[in-house]
Amino acid sequence: MVIDTQGLSFNFGSQQVVRSLSLQVPEGSIYGFLGPNGAGKTTTIKLLLNLLKTGEGSIRIFDKDLESNRIEILSQIGALIEQPAIYGHLSGRENLANRALLLQVPQSRVDEMLGLVHLKDAANKKAGKYSLGMKQRLGIALALLSDPKLLILDEPTNGLDPNGIIEVRELLIRLVSQYKKTVFVSSHLLAEVERMATHVGIIDKGELLFQGSIKDLEAISQPQIRIEVGNTVDAANFLKKQGFTVNDVNEDHLSMPFISKAQMSEINALLNRNNYQVFSIHKIQKDLEKLFLDITQKA
Amino acid sequence: MKAFILSFRSEFYKTRKTMAFWSAVILPLLICLMVFIGFLNHSENLAKLPGPMLWLEFAAPVLVVMGSLLLPMLIVFEAYSVNNIEHKAETWKTLFSLPLSKWSVYSAKYLYALFLIVLCLSLFVLFTLGFGNLLSIIKPALRFNEYHTESTLAQIYLKLLLSSLGILSIQFLLSLLFRDFLKPMGIGFVATVAGIIMANVGWKYTYLFPYSHPMLTIRGLKPDNAGNGPDIPHITVDMFTKDIWVSLSVAVGVFILGYFIVLKKSVK
Repeated sequence: MVIDTQGLSFNFGSQQVVRSLSLQVPEGSIYGFLGPNGAGKTTTIKLLLNLLKTGEGSIRIFDKDLESNRIEILSQIGALIEQPAIYGHLSGRENLANRALLLQVPQSRVDEMLGLVHLKDAANKKAGKYSLGMKQRLGIALALLSDPKLLILDEPTNGLDPNGIIEVRELLIRLVSQYKKTVFVSSHLLAEVERMATHVGIIDKGELLFQGSIKDLEAISQPQIRIEVGNTVDAANFLKKQGFTVNDVNEDHLSMPFISKAQMSEINALLNRNNYQVFSIHKIQKDLEKLFLDITQKA
Repeated sequence: MKAFILSFRSEFYKTRKTMAFWSAVILPLLICLMVFIGFLNHSENLAKLPGPMLWLEFAAPVLVVMGSLLLPMLIVFEAYSVNNIEHKAETWKTLFSLPLSKWSVYSAKYLYALFLIVLCLSLFVLFTLGFGNLLSIIKPALRFNEYHTESTLAQIYLKLLLSSLGILSIQFLLSLLFRDFLKPMGIGFVATVAGIIMANVGWKYTYLFPYSHPMLTIRGLKPDNAGNGPDIPHITVDMFTKDIWVSLSVAVGVFILGYFIVLKKSVK
């Protein structure tokens, strides 16, 4: 495991922001850390970077205890926390040059990074005058500067336009597949995580509600039967009277839990026999967006 | 040590185009230039004075302002500037998530603020001497070249520096903790005014209050005429008076306290 936390808790005063969090981030994964705003994502990231003092529990990164190996561990991490921290009075190039000086990275890396995030043309412009998207890209360049083994990115696509989002996503996938990096990326958008993550952790109100591979997540999403019928409300009431569960009814279709193909056929026959016009009936996978909502609302 | 040097160089890199750095250069230049112009315009009256008196007249206006308001306010400003650069850019969190010890980051920042004060005071000495000698070249009637004040002047400014270290540590810590300018500035200003008043009324415990130390340093410079004849004042600098010891103790104490606060503090 690249990141391994056990029973991690943190309080701001009397308010518990992170509760007994046990994260497991395998090497070479893109770990999507999902949760609504205010769920404790940024706090967790700050704990992983030793910016906040762990209340209870332990954090191991690269199989070493964070507290006692802080500098060694941090030297292999590139991070972007909340809005990118950028010196507005320095140019984009100077921001990178300053970081290169601190990290003892050759200055040639600076131009390489500027090219990577497409900021070459704006390199000598003051970073304070950058758009939000440009700042975000500069923040990513700063995180990548030291060629770290682990990237921790807090909402890296915030403020980016669709092209920018696709670029960042492709960059992260490339970093993992070609350069064997591990990426820990937080987001409140499931769709974004779904498109790139190999592993997912879902956090709400400081608690980890789900953790596993993206396949595990899909697996727990219960399949549904979606039936298009003439009079959905009547049909739903009829099915309920027959002892079936109906999850959702709207104007043109109703949905109910999938149990077996035989049962699906039985429902079809039942409806037909009782003069409900069935236009279509099929099995669907509950989409992750809904699953995410279900998981976070249950808590 | 390496991390400290890297951090220190980075501090310079970050501030080299800002007022934090340039104020330490421009302030002594402007003030010494103004006194220089004043002397140039009144050279007839001043030509009567012997070299030692001339130097005294030349250096005193700066020293008096320095001891009362200028030096404490300069420190308030520099301590604020080097910390504000991180508050403004929200870069504390990045600074403390770099593979550098917190001690290096903290001490490099503090010593960079100290460096700016040293630079500023050194330039005051340099410009005072430079403009004085320049005056004796432009207006040979002004006999600055008759007397050498380098050592005395350097000692006075060194004592001023030592007297201001307590203020520096306090202001540095305040500016590190509070992100808005008004708190460190307000506290610094009120404390400086209180310090001046205390030094002027001669309260017997004034020496315990760091913000009055620069004023005490200037008030402690009494010309004595021993051995130089009646018209030639001679200033001896008693470097390690008890107020200087207090200043140094406060400086070291608050600096160390600040480090422990940084260690414990959560980075927002």
